[in-house]
Amino acid sequence: MTEHTACTTDGHGANAHPAWLAHHFHSARQQYESGKLGIWIFLLTEVLFFSGLFCAYAVYRANHPAVFVDGHHLLSTPLGAINTIVLIFSSLTMAWAVRCTQVDQRKAAAVLLAVTLLCAGTFLVVKGFEYHHKWKHGLVPAHEFAPDEQYLESRIGAHEDGSTLGRDPAQRVRNVRTFLGIYFGMTGLHALHVVAGIIAIVWVLRRTVRGDFNRQYFGPVDFVGLYWHLVDLIWIYLFPLLYLIH
Amino acid sequence: MSDSTTTPQTETHDGDHGWIHIVPARVLLAVFAALILLTLVTVAVTWVDLGDLNLWIAMFIATVKASLVALYFMHLRYDKSFCTIVFLASLVFVFLFIGVVLLDTLQYQPDIQQWQRDQLP
Repeated sequence: MTEHTACTTDGHGANAHPAWLAHHFHSARQQYESGKLGIWIFLLTEVLFFSGLFCAYAVYRANHPAVFVDGHHLLSTPLGAINTIVLIFSSLTMAWAVRCTQVDQRKAAAVLLAVTLLCAGTFLVVKGFEYHHKWKHGLVPAHEFAPDEQYLESRIGAHEDGSTLGRDPAQRVRNVRTFLGIYFGMTGLHALHVVAGIIAIVWVLRRTVRGDFNRQYFGPVDFVGLYWHLVDLIWIYLFPLLYLIH
Repeated sequence: MSDSTTTPQTETHDGDHGWIHIVPARVLLAVFAALILLTLVTVAVTWVDLGDLNLWIAMFIATVKASLVALYFMHLRYDKSFCTIVFLASLVFVFLFIGVVLLDTLQYQPDIQQWQRDQLP
């Protein structure tokens, strides 16, 4: 109970408040709800931010479905599925860390945040392997694009579900180039969000270990959690849209 | 560390503790199990050829998963509805954005295809 009552002694007198309660807030509840509204408005801007890429995806897919049928043969569904499960698991550990913080289980919260970090790292490593595999075959966006045609033939040519355009090697290369632009754009922006999430989780983990939080003050863990769940939520859409094309 | 049975209400400004909702552990686990199950289902559905329906089924499953994450992991179900309104507001504008752009791009597609045919020798 020490930290709950650790009041500032800087001359607040009768208005003394705990160190974790900012002076301009009336109560712990008001502080928490203000923070919550703030993070939700931030998440709103994040959704709109990603919607630009989803819009580009929708426009290309509606007009040129063959781009996606051809392109998705370059992706590994098992790796995508593993990463989906890793992210969902990390959402569980994050939500559980919030719960532990709320009931003053500081050690458990720290362990769960560390597991969340581990999952985030795993996600990026798997993503790194996927990117590397494409890089090796010249399948990179923009100016560096220099596809290994034999590789494309082996990955795409073997499938019967490609459109008639997709069987024309020149058109196939153009399709793959468009697909990779969208793929790297969407997964790259998502991966940047995972990196930002890692930084944010390290920050709350450090504060958890230091003992900054208690059952009245757990907002930062909760808000970082909300951001992390949004990163998971976006991946929930990216996985079927990029990997599971029929 | 203190716990609720031994600690008097120590917050300085308000006495009510009811504003904090703690999601039960079994709810977290059930949501996790459902999300994993739905991930497996969405992968399995691609093994069956259902034509255009495949995309809509995949999007439907993704939306169910997203709703589970938002309602339970992100506590929207237990929060003030204003947070849900903020979130849904963003989605309304996303649909508006993508919907109107799609209407426009599909409108001009026949002209583009005609132009491409005209370019052929």
